[in-house]
Amino acid sequence: MSAFSASQAGAAPSPYAKRHEADVVVIGAGPAGIAAATRAAESGRTVLLLDESPDVGGQIWRHRAGQPLPGVAHEWMGRLTRSGATVLRGASVVDLAFDAERRGYTVTAEGANGACLVHAHALVLATGARERFIPFPGWTLPGVIGVGAAQALHKTGVSFAGKRVVIAGSGPLLLPVAAMLRAGGARVLLVAEQASRRAVAGFARSLWRRPAVLLQAARYRAAFAGTSYVPGTWIVAARGGARVQEVDLTDGVTVRTIACDVLCAAFGLVPNTEVARLAGCTVMRGSVVVDLRQETDCPGVFCAGETTGIGGMDLSIIEGEIAGLCSAGRDADARSLHARRNRLRSSAEAMERAFAPRAELRTLATPDTIVCRCEDVPCGAIDPTWTMRKAKLYTRAGMGPCQGRVCGAALEFLHGWPADTMRLPCEPALYSTLIADAATTAAAVTQGA
Amino acid sequence: MSETRATVTAPGKVTIVANGRELRVDAGISVAAALLNGGMSAFRRSVHGSDRGPLCGIGVCYECRVTIGGVRHRRACLVTVADGLHVSTGADA
Repeated sequence: MSAFSASQAGAAPSPYAKRHEADVVVIGAGPAGIAAATRAAESGRTVLLLDESPDVGGQIWRHRAGQPLPGVAHEWMGRLTRSGATVLRGASVVDLAFDAERRGYTVTAEGANGACLVHAHALVLATGARERFIPFPGWTLPGVIGVGAAQALHKTGVSFAGKRVVIAGSGPLLLPVAAMLRAGGARVLLVAEQASRRAVAGFARSLWRRPAVLLQAARYRAAFAGTSYVPGTWIVAARGGARVQEVDLTDGVTVRTIACDVLCAAFGLVPNTEVARLAGCTVMRGSVVVDLRQETDCPGVFCAGETTGIGGMDLSIIEGEIAGLCSAGRDADARSLHARRNRLRSSAEAMERAFAPRAELRTLATPDTIVCRCEDVPCGAIDPTWTMRKAKLYTRAGMGPCQGRVCGAALEFLHGWPADTMRLPCEPALYSTLIADAATTAAAVTQGA
Repeated sequence: MSETRATVTAPGKVTIVANGRELRVDAGISVAAALLNGGMSAFRRSVHGSDRGPLCGIGVCYECRVTIGGVRHRRACLVTVADGLHVSTGADA
C-alpha cells in the first residue's frame, strides 16, 4: 500500500502533480468504499482507493489507537490488504472530469504534498455522509458539537472525562455515542431524542427481523443506564461565554435548562453528494440516484453506501460489493446480493421516516442566528422565497471554505431548497493543485478537439 | 527498574508547540484532540470575530481551522500530531 501522506513528508508542495492510473478508482474508504475496492481488485482490476483521512475505515471503522476493531471491520480491512488495491490516504478530491480521449475520468486530489491526478476507467463514489446541523441560538459556541462528532473526536484522542455532556439530536446514533462517552468518563446528563416516543417505539418494533440490531441497541442503552433517554424532546437554545455553559430543552410544553460543558446537537445524517454532483450525477431528495447495479446516470460512475441514502453499515457494505463487482464487469456475481440490499434498504427507509426532524425545529433560529458559519450569514439575511443560488449571490451563504456542506443541509431543511450545482474546486485547494488541474483540463480539451 | 524507566522518554508521546506553549501529548492523536485536551476550545475567529471550535470532527465543517507548520487553514481534526509540530490558533478566517 502506498501512503500519499507518508511519502516525502515535510517536502514543499510540488507544482508537478503525481500521476496514477487505475481501472477503478474508489473515492472514500469507509465500509462501502473498502467493499467496492476489495471486490473490484479481487476481480483482477487495478484499483486505487483514496480517502482524505489519515486512516482507512471511514467514520464508523475509525478506532482509537490501541483499541480493537470490530470483527467485521477487521475482516474487511484484511481482505482489502490481500486484494492488492492501492490505498491513497490524506487525499481530498478537488475536481473530477470526464476525459473523452481516454474514455474515462480524471480525478484531481490534494494531499499534504500537493496535487495528484488519477485516471480511471470506472469510478465508485463512496463519500459517505455527514451530520445534519439545524441552526438554533447558541449553536456556534465552542463546545457545541455534533453527535457523531463526539464519537469521531473521541476516536482521535479527545478526552471527555469529567465533562458534563448533554446529547440532544436524533437517530440511532444517540445511543452508541452516549454509551461511548459514559465509558470515556463523561457525565452524560441527558439524551434527548427529538422524534416522538411513538415514532421511536414504532421503529424499534420494525426491527423484529434484525434481532442483532435490537440486541446491540439494548447493550448501548444498558451502557448508559441511569441517564434519561427522553424522546419527544428537543433543543431550544444554548448559552455561554467563551464556550457553551447551558442549554434549554423542551418537550413542547415546558422548557428546562441544563448546565453543561459539551452539547452534542445533530439531527441524523445527510449524504455527501459533492463529488457526485461534480461528476454530473442526478441527486434526488439529497441522495445520489443509482440503478440496480449501483451505477449512476453518468456511465461508468458507480455510487455506494450512505451517499445513495442513509442506511447504515450493513447496507453500505452490500452496496459497495455490488458497485465493486459491477465496476469490474461482474454483474452476474452481483445479482445474488440484490435481495439482501433491497431488504436493508426498506429498513433504512423506516428509520428515515421515524427520525425525520420535526417541524418545530424550523422555528428555533432567530433572525440573528448564524446559518452560514463560514461567512457569518444570519438567518434574517435570507429570504425564504430565494433559491440556494440566490442566497449565495446575495449573502455569500455557502461560499466559504465548507462550500455549503453545513448550511446547505440546514437551508434545505429550513426552506426546502435543493442543493445548488457543484463547481470546482469542491474543497479549498492550493494554487499548485488548481494549476495542475487546469493543465490537465486544457490537455484533455486539446486532445478532444 | 522504575528508576530506569523514569529516565527514558515515555514511548508513544510527542511534543507539539501550541501558541508558543509546549504540549506533551499521546502520539497518534489529532491536532484537534491535542488542543482540546490542552484546554483550548476556540480554534479560530469567524469573519465577524466570534470564537469557533470543532463542530463536525470529520473534516466537513472547516470550523477547526488552525495554522500548522506555518500553513494556514489546516483542519486540526484531520492532521495527526508529530514531534515539533507548531500550531497556532485564533487566526481570523
